[in-house]
Amino acid sequence: MNWNLARKAVRLGKRAEILHKIRVFFITRGYLEIDTPSLIPAPAIESHLDAIQAGTFYLQTSPELCMKRLLAAGYPRLFQICHCWRDKERGSRHLPEFTMLEWYRSDADYNDLMLETVELLTDIAASYCEKGFLVVNENRIDMNGEWSRLTVRDAFRLYTKTSMEDALRDDEFDRLMTESIEPYLGLTQPTIIYDYPAERAALARIKPGDPSVAERFELYVAGMELANAFSELNDAKIQRKRFIKESQVRAARKAPPYPMPEPFLAEIDLMPPSAGIALGIDRLVMLLTGAETIDEVVAFTPEDL
Amino acid sequence: MYTVADLKKGLKITLDGDPYLVIAFDFAKPGKGQALYRTKMRNMITGSILDRTYRSGETFEPASLEDRKMQFLYKEEDHFVFMDNQNYEQYRMNEETVGDAKNYLIDNLPVDLLLFSDKAIAVDVPNFVNLRVVQTDPWVKGDTSGSDSKPATVETGYVLRVPPFIEEGELIVIDTRTGEYSTRVKG
Repeated sequence: MNWNLARKAVRLGKRAEILHKIRVFFITRGYLEIDTPSLIPAPAIESHLDAIQAGTFYLQTSPELCMKRLLAAGYPRLFQICHCWRDKERGSRHLPEFTMLEWYRSDADYNDLMLETVELLTDIAASYCEKGFLVVNENRIDMNGEWSRLTVRDAFRLYTKTSMEDALRDDEFDRLMTESIEPYLGLTQPTIIYDYPAERAALARIKPGDPSVAERFELYVAGMELANAFSELNDAKIQRKRFIKESQVRAARKAPPYPMPEPFLAEIDLMPPSAGIALGIDRLVMLLTGAETIDEVVAFTPEDL
Repeated sequence: MYTVADLKKGLKITLDGDPYLVIAFDFAKPGKGQALYRTKMRNMITGSILDRTYRSGETFEPASLEDRKMQFLYKEEDHFVFMDNQNYEQYRMNEETVGDAKNYLIDNLPVDLLLFSDKAIAVDVPNFVNLRVVQTDPWVKGDTSGSDSKPATVETGYVLRVPPFIEEGELIVIDTRTGEYSTRVKG
């Protein structure tokens, strides 16, 4: 018997239970569960997301483009639980094939999604908490109290010796985020960091009144990134320019070029003001079941196959 | 020449003229940012620990070291003694340099000893070793506590989790790369 597989039974059971709770949460709130193709002709063009090619198509890095075309066609509330693929991403919190929850709402912005994310997580986590606290490693995370929120600019001010602007200029943004900021986020309560630099949000709307940042937020619990959300950009002209800019960054790092997702660009002007969010299911299961690596919450890793 | 794609636990590289062993490695990618490779390395001579974060595209020189087939002879106080199978030369290593390998060193175990200027600086044990269980609590049939493993001590003193059906005196196979139980030796 494959004991390594057999011993995962308890966690895989909880994983199924968590997926069920998520579906109940969204269906109760009038969200339509949708199932868009995994195999797409053109992924969203982002500097550092590499898709896996499959014939002349690609395996999706996220269902984002199809979900937004549905919003543009008048579907007001959508959610999807699906597999996504990101080439060469493998670590204790990364699998090249992983499970994503994405949900989208029209007539909403990232503030509305922050609230809904709090409600989702509080609801799902309740049965895995001890007296309202989630215990992860040596951290006790209060799931019922106030969540902390801080801007990315303040996070740099608080946790590093440099500013967000200088970090961007020196190409130190990602390194500082990984080494000096992320490990300290969400250790006592879930933490939202928001208002990312405009150039770090290819598909997000610029914040009215502050063109240097975009309406994007990320959720962290126990030092782990759990979800990424935006107020969605619904201007095809700006979106095309952003994709071209992202393509240039890709070319500079010798990453493969992607075709322009034309049908998406042709329709997003019709998308009402909307907000969308992507949450990593595997990482959520890691948190709720106390798993130290992503390997523990899936039946098979690529290395097991 | 290695690239970041080669980085993994156990890789030996040269940095500022010294051999370094990668002792921890993880892939990181802060929200849609660039891929980063976080490593913890140990200087194989001084033992000092270094944390470094690398980006895609960075390259590394392999450490120029000599690997020799040897066998483990015995432990003497806090030193482990190995012998070269070809010329019978003996090499000594202290417990700290031996590291996790000490969990698997039983008499006559074939190992690869790494030499840097004729000094033994690291030991590689086979991926799988057979060790005898010297202590573990018996499994009570009908136990409904639902526990899927229990602790067991093997002949080297190493303690690990094994399936409940393993009994004292049994030989088990341990995967030395993870330190985990792999299977029991039949017969």
